Amino acid sequence: MNVKHHIDDATLTAYATGNLPEAFNVVVASHVSLNDEARVRLEALEAVGGTLIEGTDVVEMSFGSLGATLRMIRNETPDMIAVPKTAFHPCAIMPQPLADYVGGSLEDIKWRSLGMGTKQAILKTSKDATVRLLYIPAGVEMPDHGHKGTEMTLVLQGAFIDGAQRFARGDIEIADEHMEHTPVADIGEDCICLVASNAPLKFSGLIPRLAQVFLRI
Amino acid sequence: MVEEAQWVGHVRRIRDHKDQKAFSELFEHFAPRIKGFLMKSGASESMAEECAQEVMTTLWRKAALFDPTRASVATWVFTIARNKKIDALRRQRRPEPEDLPWGPEPEPDQADVLALQQEQTELAAAIRLLPDKQKELIERAYFGDLSHSEIAAETGLPLGTIKSRIRLALERLRHEMNERLR
Repeated sequence: MNVKHHIDDATLTAYATGNLPEAFNVVVASHVSLNDEARVRLEALEAVGGTLIEGTDVVEMSFGSLGATLRMIRNETPDMIAVPKTAFHPCAIMPQPLADYVGGSLEDIKWRSLGMGTKQAILKTSKDATVRLLYIPAGVEMPDHGHKGTEMTLVLQGAFIDGAQRFARGDIEIADEHMEHTPVADIGEDCICLVASNAPLKFSGLIPRLAQVFLRI
Repeated sequence: MVEEAQWVGHVRRIRDHKDQKAFSELFEHFAPRIKGFLMKSGASESMAEECAQEVMTTLWRKAALFDPTRASVATWVFTIARNKKIDALRRQRRPEPEDLPWGPEPEPDQADVLALQQEQTELAAAIRLLPDKQKELIERAYFGDLSHSEIAAETGLPLGTIKSRIRLALERLRHEMNERLR
């Protein structure tokens, strides 16, 4: 795969450290699936996490916890112990993480028409951001989908042109809310994109604070 | 890192022989670290305890998927613990990139494994040498309390060597795959 437009370091780091909303995680995981270069960068960032966990303060485990864990392992059924079979197979268009969210293949997507032959399907994620599949016929302008905050687009099929740049399968475009753009699907093939949006990716410790709230419940 | 190379052998023994002794040793070393990591991230003691046990269970179950030419055992443990954290604290699924279709090589070259461990050691040394403020920034990002914009701060860590190492491992796997398809 010859990816030309890569994900930036800050967003990839936020993914590696677990600081992105779920909707954006779906896009990043799909992009990395299609792009060895991003996979290399991601695994290097994860190596930092490995170093930190090695050096972190230890907190003693409860009495008998090793025994409890071994019992948990023994009680698992044989097929849980084997390499987990993926529930949904990736297809030529959708890599594994996306197929998992769609719950099947391209044929299983429940599209909703947006007019002019364009259609969308919103995937179910946590509510702090939205991720959708967009289908745009060749040569047609992307619908005005209005986004607050950052919008991240990954091309899965075909290509789109935005200004002087062309984005094809595996390419990622990141736009903020101030960026005026009207991407147009390239002629030749209908374009399918995965788009995460509606979250200002400048959150300041918002996610961890939310986690605190959950913990108090 | 002699210790780290030894952990690779432990994971292999779990994969090949369901070796409980190897598992116990890994548990003794990593479970208290996972628990510490989760508590720093905001988990209660009981939740961290439970999650650490589940992370160790996952490690047993996925031993065959571990690729020591691309990650140290500690790194692999970190990724499982991070995903568990997102699952338990945020109650969200964690989409992960597609596994490489051909998986890790059955017996990777020992030299490749050692080279990666070596680079992991150098990375640890580099982190130790960072000014306290930067070290703290990195820890906060990985333990889950840092804004997106702060994460972008330049740290100058030697990630380049690790990147080339992982890239090499990926290229070899792809090459191997193409050979097998021939």
